[in-house]
Amino acid sequence: MSDPTTVRRRKRSVSSPGAAPWLLLAPFLAVFAFTFVLPIIVAVGNSFTRVTRLGVFGEEGVITEFAWFANYAQALENGNFIASIGRMLLFGVVQVTVMITLSTVLALLLESASARWPGVFRAIYFLPYGIPGVVATILWSFLYVPGLSPIIDVAAWVGWDVDFLGAGSVLWSIANIVTWTYAGYNMLIIVAQLKAIPGEVYEAARVDGAGPLRMAFAIQLPLIRPALVLTVVFSIIGTLQLFAEPQVLATVAPSIDSEYTPNLSAYTTAFAYNDYNVAAAQAVLIALVAFALSFTFLRLTNRSSS
Amino acid sequence: MTTAASTATGAAAGATSTGEVQKLRRTASAGGADHSAGRSPASTILVTGILVLVAIYFLVPVYWVIVAATKTTDDLFATNGFWFADTFALFSNLQQVLTYDNGIFVRWFANSLLYAGVGAVLATYFAAAGGYALSAYRFRGSNLVFGTILGGVLVPGTATALPLFLLFSQLGLANTYWAVLIPSLVSPYGLFLCRIYADASVSPSLLEAARLDGASELRIFHSVGLRVLTPALVTVFLFQLVGIWNNYFLPLVMLSDQRLYPITLGLVNWRSQTDRLPEFYQLTTAGVLLSVIPLAIAMIVLQRFWRGGLTEGSVK
Repeated sequence: MSDPTTVRRRKRSVSSPGAAPWLLLAPFLAVFAFTFVLPIIVAVGNSFTRVTRLGVFGEEGVITEFAWFANYAQALENGNFIASIGRMLLFGVVQVTVMITLSTVLALLLESASARWPGVFRAIYFLPYGIPGVVATILWSFLYVPGLSPIIDVAAWVGWDVDFLGAGSVLWSIANIVTWTYAGYNMLIIVAQLKAIPGEVYEAARVDGAGPLRMAFAIQLPLIRPALVLTVVFSIIGTLQLFAEPQVLATVAPSIDSEYTPNLSAYTTAFAYNDYNVAAAQAVLIALVAFALSFTFLRLTNRSSS
Repeated sequence: MTTAASTATGAAAGATSTGEVQKLRRTASAGGADHSAGRSPASTILVTGILVLVAIYFLVPVYWVIVAATKTTDDLFATNGFWFADTFALFSNLQQVLTYDNGIFVRWFANSLLYAGVGAVLATYFAAAGGYALSAYRFRGSNLVFGTILGGVLVPGTATALPLFLLFSQLGLANTYWAVLIPSLVSPYGLFLCRIYADASVSPSLLEAARLDGASELRIFHSVGLRVLTPALVTVFLFQLVGIWNNYFLPLVMLSDQRLYPITLGLVNWRSQTDRLPEFYQLTTAGVLLSVIPLAIAMIVLQRFWRGGLTEGSVK
């Protein structure tokens, strides 16, 4: 034990561990650099570059030059792209609020003493999370189409004429799919935080004569705040990325155009118009908006808590 | 039962290591909860009634596809969608799904298993090694590395997919298995979780003891670190597995060869053909049913492992 080499090694690994941490980090960092850092650099680089093709099909060569903010200007001049961001903000305000409220209420109900078979219900609510967003969209698309959907039949029965795919309603039909997929997942995060509240806190509240409602508002909601903030931030990021649901639903809903969401717009610019540079500018703008919104929300919640 | 649960919850608050908390929390959840004051029969009926209504909402699409998969195309449109038709066509539908186009569905399923299985295993291992390294050692640059990776958690996955495609197509990797596999190997969120968990559960004295025994640093990670991190690894693995399995944008951008498709892309392909060719309704509904069953079972069986996961850092 006391031979000098062990002692030296032990000392080294505490103060300066040498190569060990970098060796352990290497595989992660290699893939991270290749699939995160490099693409981001490429995207930012592309977004500031203009490629001009000479000749009708570019057969006389291409000129690549620094374009300053021309691509950004072009992206921002596209009224459909701006409209799609506005649409997602509206979508986010309504859908994220409804979903997080639903998740919170479900979590509180499941954790209350009045709930029967909480394990069964928790499993049922969580199940859709395992169904890929596109498969969930395929499922709901069948339930939205007249002639196929039993829901429309039942609604017609009671004299209610519903159109899930109309220009005014299809946004909320998408919101329904997203809520259906992720509400149970967010609920599970909130349940985990609820379970971490010490029993004495409830004990004390009960001694003070607090009822279930008062308990929820005065104790549980303030204490699960970190989980709520986390789920909201992740939902905001998810909302701006919305792509699969509208893209798949577009096959049955003519009111969903090729620039319905920001991501759909970037995808169309890249693969239908083959304009990768403007598409890169759009991708950067989407990420910036997502960052800005997440940080604003975090800032607001931090301020009101301190 | 309920008293045991509240004692466990109370004890969990006092427990020092996150591992213990985890264990106790699991015991607590197994026993049920006892938090509210009101437990009258009326409130039980009200609460359970609400829970049942919400459960119906979550189950309706799944129930519908089970019914729809048993019908012929004619019955699908002619009969009530919420009940079975007279002809029970489930097995012929399933046979069609499995044999159509030389069993392309089976191939898609295998592709999804490959992408999600291999991707999640390696991503978990890489995240564990990185998270452990950032937690167990103090070294120059560690804060910078951790900060950069944290930034990666917030970068929208779709923002990197387009430039990644450009990069991969220049390297000749687009439209290959690698195009979907390589980006699946990294989970910044998983590394974050492993680091937080390692901070709470890997004790320096344990590592010290291993070092005194003469084990090398890499050996210590594999024999001590991985074992202590196991609960976090399960969570990271499941997150990554579901994330890759559900991914749509990346394979859509990367792949043009149908034989490389994961199941999500394949089913969307079938669904988009239903308008022109009605027999694709049967393929799509039965295909969706087949693809949902294993995941639904996995979700229910593995549900307890998801607990804690995300909020691990904030509750300790």
